Amino acid sequence: MYAVVMLGSIYSLMAAAIFVILDAVDVAFTEAAVGAGISTILGLGTIALTTGEEKKPSHTKILPLVVVCLTGAALVYGTLDLAHYGDPNAPAQQHVGPDYLKEAPIKTGIPNVVTAILASYRGYDTLGEVTVIFTAGVGVILLLGNWRNLGRRREEDDG
Amino acid sequence: MAAVGLYNYWIVVFLMMAGFYIVIAHDNLVKKIVGLNVFQASMFILYITFGKVQGGTAPIIAEGITTYSNPLPHVLILTAIVVGVATTALGLALVVRINEAYGTIEDDEIHVQDEES
Amino acid sequence: MDSYLVLRVVAKLLMPFILIYGLYVQFHGDFGPGGGFQAGVIFASGFILYALIFGLKNANRVLPRGILRFGIALGVLLFAGVGVYNLLVSGKYLDYSVMAQNSVHGQHLGIFLVELGVGITVASVMIVVFFTFAGHRQAEGDD
Repeated sequence: MYAVVMLGSIYSLMAAAIFVILDAVDVAFTEAAVGAGISTILGLGTIALTTGEEKKPSHTKILPLVVVCLTGAALVYGTLDLAHYGDPNAPAQQHVGPDYLKEAPIKTGIPNVVTAILASYRGYDTLGEVTVIFTAGVGVILLLGNWRNLGRRREEDDG
Repeated sequence: MAAVGLYNYWIVVFLMMAGFYIVIAHDNLVKKIVGLNVFQASMFILYITFGKVQGGTAPIIAEGITTYSNPLPHVLILTAIVVGVATTALGLALVVRINEAYGTIEDDEIHVQDEES
Repeated sequence: MDSYLVLRVVAKLLMPFILIYGLYVQFHGDFGPGGGFQAGVIFASGFILYALIFGLKNANRVLPRGILRFGIALGVLLFAGVGVYNLLVSGKYLDYSVMAQNSVHGQHLGIFLVELGVGITVASVMIVVFFTFAGHRQAEGDD
């Protein structure tokens, strides 16, 4: 199980490197910090609190493999109509993106367009995201907060 | 000739299917959550490749650069990454509690215990 | 104990740099990659490093539970409060242009406060989640 969490962390780090190559520096920063940092340490904490071994598989995995191959084939068939990689005339580059790039330095005076969009143009989404993080924090406190030992916790001194 | 321009989507589909297979084929709950993370990361790569412009740089306005990559997918994925880690934290907390309630984190054993009670 | 000496010394040397780097990423997010989320996670990782090396009891003394839980709510309150203030002044929620005389200065101030709120909440939540995971004791057995 330890190897599973570590491989997930390495995968996040590779994804962060891919993001840097694709010119997404903010996203790479966040993915490296969050994926390779917080997710790994939470996974290790979970393994420490539950078991560190896994059972041998009880049934053969033919049906999941068939389902995955069929879904993959359908998705590849669906990608045949998409725009080519890096195409400047793709529909994704047409409507709002270039407008943000032109307007954001003038209206907000901030060179980092991603921060300007995140905080100003799409501020509602960021408010919702902060609320989601708040809810996750409250949820973890409620689930794992040692509520039963509330009275005894003050006297127990444990590291 | 379509392969040259579309190979990034096929890589994303392969990663997505790998994550999907981990989620549906394994019984261990922690492995399922790690598979979900793999799936999410492949989706992020898909969106970021949508925003890449040939010959562009990072969308930080600087002197002398004319072509920038599209900043809009970056903003959406930034939110999605942080929401993903919030979901992972809650999911792992639930796994710890399930382990306390059932004594195991394997899916079929939990199912058996549920059917017995 | 000697084998832990290297860890303790290095952690003590590294922690101020990690925290200052977190603050740098937070406030320099306007000019380079960075912003609230990245800064919050880096700031939290400094305190997580401290808790890993020096134990959860010392970490709870450095950052008591009350301050962390207050921090979780403070960031969201700051963000929503900026929006409500803009609503009262100009009639549009989260319209930063009215926060100062000049519209561009208003945007600067609004983005600064909003990113600060985001950074505070993200850092507090990450620290609280780690402390909760580490301090959870099972009903029977230990670790």
